[in-house]
Amino acid sequence: MTLATHDVRWSAGGHLIVDGITLSVEPNRMLGLIGPNGSGKSSLLRLLCRMRKVASGVVTLDARDIGDLSRRDLARRLAFVEQQATTDVHLSVCDVVRLGRTPHRAAFASWTREDEEAIDHALERVGLTDRHDQPWHTLSGGERQRVHIARALAQEPRELILDEPTNHLDIQHQLSTLALIRRLGLTCIVALHDLNLASLFCDRICVLSAGKLVAAGMPEAVLTPDLIRRVFGVEVRIHDGAGGRRHIEYIIDGDQGETP
Amino acid sequence: MSHAVLRPNWAARIAVAVLSVVALVLAVALAVTVGEMTIPLGTALKALGNGLFDLGFPTSAIQQGVIFHYRLSRALMAALCGGALAISGAILQALLRNPLAEPYILGVSAGASTGAVCVMILGLGGTTLGLSGGAFVGSVAALALVALLAAGAGGTSDRVILAGVAGSQLFTAATSAIVTTMASAEQARGVMFWLLGNFGGVRWPDLWVATPVALIGFIICMSHAKALDAFAFGTDAARSLGVAVGRVRFVLFATTALLTATMVAIVGSIGFVGLVIPHAARFLVGPGHARLLPACLVIGAVFMILTDILSRVLVPQQILPIGIVTALFGAPAFAAILYGAKRPA
Repeated sequence: MTLATHDVRWSAGGHLIVDGITLSVEPNRMLGLIGPNGSGKSSLLRLLCRMRKVASGVVTLDARDIGDLSRRDLARRLAFVEQQATTDVHLSVCDVVRLGRTPHRAAFASWTREDEEAIDHALERVGLTDRHDQPWHTLSGGERQRVHIARALAQEPRELILDEPTNHLDIQHQLSTLALIRRLGLTCIVALHDLNLASLFCDRICVLSAGKLVAAGMPEAVLTPDLIRRVFGVEVRIHDGAGGRRHIEYIIDGDQGETP
Repeated sequence: MSHAVLRPNWAARIAVAVLSVVALVLAVALAVTVGEMTIPLGTALKALGNGLFDLGFPTSAIQQGVIFHYRLSRALMAALCGGALAISGAILQALLRNPLAEPYILGVSAGASTGAVCVMILGLGGTTLGLSGGAFVGSVAALALVALLAAGAGGTSDRVILAGVAGSQLFTAATSAIVTTMASAEQARGVMFWLLGNFGGVRWPDLWVATPVALIGFIICMSHAKALDAFAFGTDAARSLGVAVGRVRFVLFATTALLTATMVAIVGSIGFVGLVIPHAARFLVGPGHARLLPACLVIGAVFMILTDILSRVLVPQQILPIGIVTALFGAPAFAAILYGAKRPA
């Protein structure tokens, strides 16, 4: 158990958005966070990386309250990839990845060999070494997401938090992005919308609904027709796919197929 | 091109530093020789030697006075003012993530003008406060109001800019109300002239105030250069990179506010420099603040000295307010930069 929340609550504008969530992620595993829009996924992720302050409860990293860490120490340990973060500044791919070195560098320090290596290594891991000097605004959505992941890797984290990294990507890039994240072998918490992708790539899944944790466990145990009906209000059929993974088929209104 | 170089290239750095100093010295040299009374460079140098080191060269008292007490202090003040406004612009553009942000967006100059007319026309503060003192108090009051408004509205970039616009409108209206109802024609003209910026009244004591403010401000800004880079993808991204966003924002807003308020109090409000120079500098050295801020300092300083010279020679026997000259030359330059930097769609 590396990163964990203990009965965490957070509210915005008088509404309780995150309502007493306790969860944890095992080292080097991928935890998927699913739930309908407004269920509190993004807010929970922001509490996990201390971008928002918990109203009550505690977030721990190796059993230490993350509120006790300096923001800089936290950034050397844990990296966050936002959903669709973009910029008007004219940056190259390498400029963006370099930002990941921010928590490792003192105010007036110049670039060290260690920084260079971290940047090169990060670009290599996401397969963008040859795009080193390409301007940010000429990249496609999938490439931008990979650059953000490279920027996060340049922080040399052990924990990686991603907020819907496949949003707005075509299916090929959704698959390759998640495969890439999985290959990294870091402790990951990923918010996802697509239930099939979550089931395909995550070791464990936590389901949020109205700010509460309603289910947690292995994908095949959690993603049942009953739970999906309760949480998402959608009827599904579940098929056994190749490699022990399962496929979720959505049933459109009026299509009364038999359930297995 | 420069993106690939990671380790400091000392030869290139020294070359750029030397070039910058040479450009500044040349600009100052030009500024002390050009004017209604053209003074040869040799004479100017002797006068400088007398003024700075008491060398006792034979120069006429008038030339000595014009060079040392009038033109040199004026040129140095122009340099400080240009550099400080350009750095403030670069910082605000990064913090607010808005290319149109500039020092006056925080209401500094509007507040300064209200403070100045309160002293000039209403006679508040009597002789102790003075015009500069009134302008400084006014700009700090406007800033405090804008900061309160922005914080109350949530403190996001858009809210800061909207609060600044609201504060500026309020203080501009107050200034206009005072000028139209209470000022004589003579006073109104004086206010107008002051509002557009004027280096004519600068003397050495002003520099004893402006120099430390500019230097300390620059060092504070430079120490936050890396944090400023981290704002490229927004405040949440900066936070996730380990930047203490709240503290950095407070320190840098306060620093730019103090820089701008000091300059406005001494020379009046000079538009366009804080907006245009950072864009020009970014065009030359790229968006990294460790290079951008020194570039803004040098380019802003040289630009301001040159525009001050122009303001003295464009119309014979008359000095144009510096704000008119910066806008006359800055606006087309800005248009050219915008056009040249047009992105591929």
